[in-house]
Amino acid sequence: MATVAAPRLILARLNRATSLAIVVVCWIALFWLLKGRDTLSLAPSDVTGLHTSLNDLNSSIATNRNSNPLFVYFFNEIQLGVSHLVTFFQSLISQPSYGRPVPFVGWLGVVAVISYLSWMFGNWRVALLALVGLVFIGLQGLWQESMDTLALTLAAVLIALVIGLPLGVWGGVSDRVNRVLTPVLDLMQVMPSYVYLAPLVLLFLIGPAAATIATVIYAMPPVIRLTAHGIRSVPHSAIEAADSLGSTRMQALRKVMLPMAKRTIVLGINQTIMAALAMVTIAALVAAPGLGQTVVQALESQDVGTEFNAGLAIVVLAVVLDRVTTAASVRVEMARRAGATRTQKLRRPALAIGAVVVVAAIYISHTYEQAATFPASLTISGRAHGIDVGSHIANSTSTWTAWVQQHFHSVANAIQNSVTYHGINPLQAFLENSPWWLAAAAIVAIAAIVGSWRAALSAAVCLGLIIGTGLWQDSMETLAATLIATVLVMVLGVVFGVWMGRSMRADRVIRPVLDAAQTMPVFVYLVPFVALFRPSRFTGVIAAVVYASPVAIKIVADGIRSVSPTTVEAATASGSTRWQIITKVQLPMSVRSLALAANQGLIYVLSMVVVAGLVGGGALGFDVVAGFSQISLFGKGLAAGAAIVLLGIMLDRITQAAARRADPSAHSRTSH
Amino acid sequence: MTTEMAPTPTWVDGAPSATDAELSVRGLWKVFGAKASSVPTDETLTGLHAKDIREKTGCSVAVRDVNFEVARGEVFVVMGLSGSGKSTLVRCLTRLIEPTAGAVTIRGENIMEWGERSLRELRRRKVSMVFQHFGLLPHRQVIDNVAYGLEIRGMRKGDRYKRAAEVTALVGLEGYEKSYPDQLSGGMQQRVGLARALAGDPEMLLFDEPFSALDPLIRRDMQNEVIRLHREVGKTMVFITHDLAEALKLGDRILIMRDGQVVQVGAGPELVGAPADDYVRDFVRDIPRSHVLTLRWVMREPRPVDPLDGPELGPEVVIREAVRAVLAADKPVRVVENGRLLGLVGREEILEVIADTDLEPADEARRDEAVPEVRAIR
Amino acid sequence: MGRSINRPVVRRGIRKLAGAAAAVLALATLNACSGAKVGGGGNSGSATGVSSGSSSGAKAKACGTFTVADNPWVGYEADVAVVGYLAKNKLHCNVQIKHITEQVSWQGFQTSQVDAILENWGHDDLKKQYIAGSHVAQELGPDGLQGVIGWYVPPWMVQKYPDITDWHSLNKYAHLFTTSESGGKGQLLDGDPSYVTHDAALVKNLKLNYKVVEGGSETALIQSFRSAQQNKSPLLAYFYSPQWFLNEVPLVKVNLPKYTPGCDTNAAKVACDYPAYHLDKIAAATFANSGSPAFTLVKNFTWSNQQQNIVAKYIAVNKMSDEAAAAKFFAANPKLVTAWLAGTGAS
Repeated sequence: MATVAAPRLILARLNRATSLAIVVVCWIALFWLLKGRDTLSLAPSDVTGLHTSLNDLNSSIATNRNSNPLFVYFFNEIQLGVSHLVTFFQSLISQPSYGRPVPFVGWLGVVAVISYLSWMFGNWRVALLALVGLVFIGLQGLWQESMDTLALTLAAVLIALVIGLPLGVWGGVSDRVNRVLTPVLDLMQVMPSYVYLAPLVLLFLIGPAAATIATVIYAMPPVIRLTAHGIRSVPHSAIEAADSLGSTRMQALRKVMLPMAKRTIVLGINQTIMAALAMVTIAALVAAPGLGQTVVQALESQDVGTEFNAGLAIVVLAVVLDRVTTAASVRVEMARRAGATRTQKLRRPALAIGAVVVVAAIYISHTYEQAATFPASLTISGRAHGIDVGSHIANSTSTWTAWVQQHFHSVANAIQNSVTYHGINPLQAFLENSPWWLAAAAIVAIAAIVGSWRAALSAAVCLGLIIGTGLWQDSMETLAATLIATVLVMVLGVVFGVWMGRSMRADRVIRPVLDAAQTMPVFVYLVPFVALFRPSRFTGVIAAVVYASPVAIKIVADGIRSVSPTTVEAATASGSTRWQIITKVQLPMSVRSLALAANQGLIYVLSMVVVAGLVGGGALGFDVVAGFSQISLFGKGLAAGAAIVLLGIMLDRITQAAARRADPSAHSRTSH
Repeated sequence: MTTEMAPTPTWVDGAPSATDAELSVRGLWKVFGAKASSVPTDETLTGLHAKDIREKTGCSVAVRDVNFEVARGEVFVVMGLSGSGKSTLVRCLTRLIEPTAGAVTIRGENIMEWGERSLRELRRRKVSMVFQHFGLLPHRQVIDNVAYGLEIRGMRKGDRYKRAAEVTALVGLEGYEKSYPDQLSGGMQQRVGLARALAGDPEMLLFDEPFSALDPLIRRDMQNEVIRLHREVGKTMVFITHDLAEALKLGDRILIMRDGQVVQVGAGPELVGAPADDYVRDFVRDIPRSHVLTLRWVMREPRPVDPLDGPELGPEVVIREAVRAVLAADKPVRVVENGRLLGLVGREEILEVIADTDLEPADEARRDEAVPEVRAIR
Repeated sequence: MGRSINRPVVRRGIRKLAGAAAAVLALATLNACSGAKVGGGGNSGSATGVSSGSSSGAKAKACGTFTVADNPWVGYEADVAVVGYLAKNKLHCNVQIKHITEQVSWQGFQTSQVDAILENWGHDDLKKQYIAGSHVAQELGPDGLQGVIGWYVPPWMVQKYPDITDWHSLNKYAHLFTTSESGGKGQLLDGDPSYVTHDAALVKNLKLNYKVVEGGSETALIQSFRSAQQNKSPLLAYFYSPQWFLNEVPLVKVNLPKYTPGCDTNAAKVACDYPAYHLDKIAAATFANSGSPAFTLVKNFTWSNQQQNIVAKYIAVNKMSDEAAAAKFFAANPKLVTAWLAGTGAS
């Protein structure tokens, strides 16, 4: 500590902005002198020893997986078990099964069951929504794909809950477990899902098993976190009272903690379901069935219409599942209020009648073709009426995108060129042509200045490990794109955030749009961008910006809104212009929110690096994508995935330290 | 040490001998910290101040060598300011908080030697607790809250609802069985807590500042409720409070705690009449002595000149209630117990107490003399 | 209070839902009465194809599920379209199409995620691993297609720069191909990252002043070539045949150093052109042993580059569904149906 304290004191005396400027100027000056030296460049076709040994590992596993006991008794068993689970759900609702040409339960049965459950756990409004939503999906012509997706999601959510709920409970009752869980969950959430796809395929091969497990990894953190949080929030007094009456640990858990944490837990389940649905497209890359397959194929053929139609089905599924689980969590609250009133008495027989209807619907859908497979046309008085809503959606989307493409092509081109030539290219050249030691030293210094010494230490370790991956130059290229995207995110965040923070009307209009953008699967808007901008680094940047902006905008808006109205009033009273109020009062006072927005923006942008690699983003993202589809680049892809994670940890640490520093209440603490 | 200093008033009714004690606490310690277990046994530490112990070991002492006994059917009050360790102490009695050292004996059995299962049985059937913040389960109706203890010991649904309904009625919550806790006022919520504690028909009830979260009027109601219940069900009660008036109102005997240590144990009049030290004296300063002290505390030995044909009163009559009789009589009142004359109380003695509600240091000497006097009479 | 407000709402809700449920039930029952029973056979009015009435001939052996990999280029999709059409409509298979990349497809043989690859481009290393090594797959012989991979330029460039088709002159023209993505060098546009490619190594080993830029997909390549030819803008890109687009714009292949057997063994050292590929079919061992009629169909399947281009164009240009494209193709080529279904029991 003492050794750290001394230079920190010296630095503290210098103005932070000045020292930052000095570091940057030195970096630029040295860059001009030394550029191109020690850049640790690695040609796209080249691999390092590490990559080769990972390749060897890959092929050795492929050859020995049926003789190695670890695989025979562990991984293969898991793979088999998970596959069976998915197949079971599929045979129930999506795939021909039990020697029949159709699944066990047809569309009518599924619609009835889901509506009924929505009513039972939620309310009649969400039941109606579920009914309409599912029928709409059927009309889109995507019934079977959606059911495949639903089956996979169900399996993944089930596994995530079976593992996540006990873990969450454990973390809720034990501080030690919680301390272990937290960093693991942090890592799971910083890691882009694409990154662990390749290792999972290595262990579980392609297919529903790997897809489900990838989905589980991505979707499990929320339910663990929220369960632990819910249990932790149960008032101590209630637990103590239960103990004082002689409850066993299990009784206290079952009768006190779980019921009282129920609402938070259901919220966690909701988040987990949403996260699982967000993985649909990624899952398709390892041969998982469902809507993802449609999306991936449309991405390959750049078919915007089909893409949008399938994306819309995902959104509809997401909205239905979200509203139903949200309503369920509200019912948890409502149920005890409504208590033993007459509604309750009415509810029982109504539920029973509903159950009979559902069983009848299942039987009909099991037995009759029209109720089993979603009809492509309705026969009314002898004439078939096409009810193919899907192709209408697809066609009009295609037409609309083509129109946009045609009319905005030159504008888009101009924007693309200016960002590429004045933003991406110079920054990328600067970062990747600086000698590695110069760039590393400068980054560590910046981390120390804007963040803390601890952050600088993390940065140094991460950078060292990145060098170890052999992908230094690619990492710098990715860093450049990430920084540019984050800057754009922050510009949008500040502009829209300030607007929303200052005007309730703007908030009311913009917020739903942001919510929708966050539910939308990334790939849905990827295709129009590819069509408009061609595959390029800029397209990757834009995709990341679209993905990351909503969260940044929301954080900034909330920060601006939380500035005390009295302060704003005082500033107005002393004659400040609107611009002065924004720049001198509201923005400085919400500086912590800004830092937080930058942090979240960075994490979201980074999680899009691989997706950007699919649309010309290059560098690490492309390495991961290529490593996934070219065996000779497998090791390099794995290393690139690790490099992305390391970049993520580094940027997260630096921005979090910066956010802490920006927190006014933290000043007093650090000045001690 | 401190307990020795305080008088052991065996004449106060209910002071139990070790054998018929419902509850007996011997050498109880609770130390928080990494090396907690070494503190009570370390001679070099036990003599130190709490602050010094913390500096030396990093441990904080919450309960420190506490000894007391509670008789069957007695209402025993533990009183102290916040941080005095009283809440920790009461939790040690059923090992909700694990004591660091010492013995807790309930009906002759040292529960410190018990395993988890017996301890659970103890909490389920013998000792129940009422909490400051009620500790109700918000997701359960009143009836299910009351029946919780019965439920977890495995009683059948019908039986436990029947019993819960009885107890709910006993605490005056008839008609609220199907309500949820947050639909009730604070006082009513605590009645639920009370009913829950009573439902298992325990031998002993522990109260941890049960009424300090309630507003004054409701608090008074609830205190009366406890008195009524005590009369009706006659349970042994250990009652924690920081409110001296409450302690005096409810307690057969009162234990005053400070920094985890016992300062004085005794009946209310004893604390007021003969505070063990300045701390207790400070505590009782604002208490109107005439409301608490009985004639026993102010009577004097008959002098030869005294006429012995004045009116007769018992020694446990509170002064306030004797004032009228004493002042109205032209002769000193005779304090008689079981036909035996204990002493006399005249206008002088009464007026002194009424005039001197505030104890001044100057009075100290005289009052100190008064104690041996009492003893001498006995 | 809350209760008294809630009750009517909830009750109304119950009534509404009951109404809706009843309506759905009624509709379904109505349809069901007029509709066919599952597996009941015979009702040709079924729009779903669950039980098509065409199986009047000799009963084929049950097909079950037939899973075929669909690699990301439209020529392959055409293969899947025709084979899938027959498997579904003639053999009554449950056809599952997996949109996955070439090498990922091979991994699918182990887990029965993939029954067959219809258009395999070389991949001698994978053959060694999965066929000779772990025996999870076997070769089913050529599918008749002749594959070519190479670097192509739009025809206008050949007219203007006749020597551009010789790789030696590529450096001379590198400046023409610079873009915002190529960092001052010439741009060599590549396709899907999963395609068979040595381009990065070639650029390095032939000491070309070019940078490989990822186009991401076949469609991206086609659109780039189309606009390059239309706007007379320079473009050098990875491309291949069979490919319907070559009929629309006759791209010209740049001649790289001649391929000699073994010159591409070490991927990082490659300095020669791509070989001529005789595309072939690979099947999972489990599929081969299953006795599925779909296996016979795949084994029989063989057609020409031109035939594939026709179907691919139906799909890519005319935006027909796979099924419609296949149906149209078979209507014009009934002989292929017979040939491919030979020995499957269906006709």
